Amino acid sequence: MSGDVVSIENYTPQMKHSKECDVAIVGAGPVGLFAVFQAGLLGLKCILVDALDRPGGQCAELYPEKPIYDIPAYPVISGQELTDKLLEQIKPFDPEFLYSQQVAKLVKRTDGRFELTTSQGAVIRAHTVFIAAGAGSFVPRKPKIADIEAFEETSFFYAVRNREIFVDRNLVVFGGGDSALDWTLDLLPDVNSITLVHRRDKFRASPASVEAVRKAVAEDRLQLVFGQLDGLHGKSGNLEKITVKTNEGRLEAIKADRALAFFGLNIELGPIAKWGLNLDSKLIAVDTEKFETSTPGIFAIGDINWYPGKLKLILSGFHECALAAQAAFKIARPDEKLVFRYTTSSSDLHEKLGVA
Amino acid sequence: MGFIHVTDRQGTKHDLDAVEGWRVMEIIREHGLPIEAVCGGACECATCHVHVSPEWHEKLYPAREEEEDMLDELPVLSGTSRLSCQIIWSRELDGLELTLADSGGG
Ligand SMILES: Cc1cc2nc3c(=O)[nH]c(=O)nc-3n(C[C@H](O)[C@H](O)[C@H](O)COP(=O)(O)OP(=O)(O)OC[C@H]3O[C@@H](n4cnc5c(N)ncnc54)[C@H](O)[C@@H]3O)c2cc1C
Ligand code: FES
Repeated sequence: MSGDVVSIENYTPQMKHSKECDVAIVGAGPVGLFAVFQAGLLGLKCILVDALDRPGGQCAELYPEKPIYDIPAYPVISGQELTDKLLEQIKPFDPEFLYSQQVAKLVKRTDGRFELTTSQGAVIRAHTVFIAAGAGSFVPRKPKIADIEAFEETSFFYAVRNREIFVDRNLVVFGGGDSALDWTLDLLPDVNSITLVHRRDKFRASPASVEAVRKAVAEDRLQLVFGQLDGLHGKSGNLEKITVKTNEGRLEAIKADRALAFFGLNIELGPIAKWGLNLDSKLIAVDTEKFETSTPGIFAIGDINWYPGKLKLILSGFHECALAAQAAFKIARPDEKLVFRYTTSSSDLHEKLGVA
Repeated sequence: MGFIHVTDRQGTKHDLDAVEGWRVMEIIREHGLPIEAVCGGACECATCHVHVSPEWHEKLYPAREEEEDMLDELPVLSGTSRLSCQIIWSRELDGLELTLADSGGG
């Protein structure tokens, strides 16, 4: 992912036409999602960006099946159910989602609006920005091995974007989960040789994939090595050999010119640190009236913000959305007056919600 | 009362007073050492990875399957790698020695 972020520097936003909205939301976790609702009630249009390929943030990525007991009016709801309910609730406001990309750059334009550029080159212009980035972006976990950066995105990859580059190659796949096994099986017919490296003889993957992998090993179409990555060897980013430390403590050299690693996801603050906001221990300081950052027009809501008494709860994040949305309205619609209304009885809100 | 001895990523040793029934991750976090523990101890993130000293490693309850599954997601492990949120501190663990793994769990 860091490769994508770097390439952004060479990208000129003028080349591609930009998307416009009132509120650009960085992060589609539960708090970013509910912000769409609160902004939507005030007639503000939102675009959300997330590094993940789907909504829900921590709820969907870390604990989709686990029960949450402190969401008001839900005695119990799972992380995934909460995400699904939030999506249903914000549907009337028709937000736009940009997935699998990080917001890499955030700058203030001379016309007073903000311009956000994503790692895939999308450009968003917005009157206000809500940073709902939680603990940071979910990104592939990278092995801390000497010189690995030289090989990343040249011959060592964390995802398959273009399968052609693996054809007729000597491939090594790391990992024991569904992604590792599915890609091993998928690329198996196309490669010259393929080795799966995992730390033990046990896989956390669908039984069908595990069975297919065992069959391929038995038929000698796939090599299986139990151990962990030791070193990458080659020239100018091109892999020639990978050394693996086996569980018996031996170093085994595997001839390889391509590698794929699936070690799950890690969370890193990433580009947000460079946006000139008032950051302390990876948290953004905000006021408790509007949840605005040190830059007017940029708000921070949910787990990413800090103020005296802050609790990292979904509940607190939801409250923060409502107040930040009020403040965002004043910036996005300076000439309009904001009237406080209940969703129960306002015909104007009913129209926005599509229940009129 | 008892202690755990934690070596941080710079190699500095810290003696932390421990609380019966707390997860070792919680003891480390409470003392302000840099342990990410993103999932708060739910065995879902592996960012509370520690290397236990070999003498202590063999005295601990072995990792449950859930913990092994999360360890699978770490690229580089030592023979004494554990997730510190899965070790509950009790008096028998007075003097437990461990080292924080790299940030991000690595
Ligand atoms: C195991 C577990 C159990 C929990 N149980 C509870 C509970 O019972 N009750 C409760 O209230 N809370 C609970 N929490 C905490 C709760 O999940 C968080 O408070 C909540 O997820 C915060 O929501 P958020 O939207 O602020 O951030 P997140 O859910 O962290 O979402 C942030 C999103 O922003 C994205 N992002 C960050 N930076 C960028 C960028 N630059 N570009 C693009 N995308 C970016 C990330 O990829 C992520 O998807 C629990 C957490 C865990 C891990
Ligand atoms: S704190 Fe997440 S696995 Fe231990």
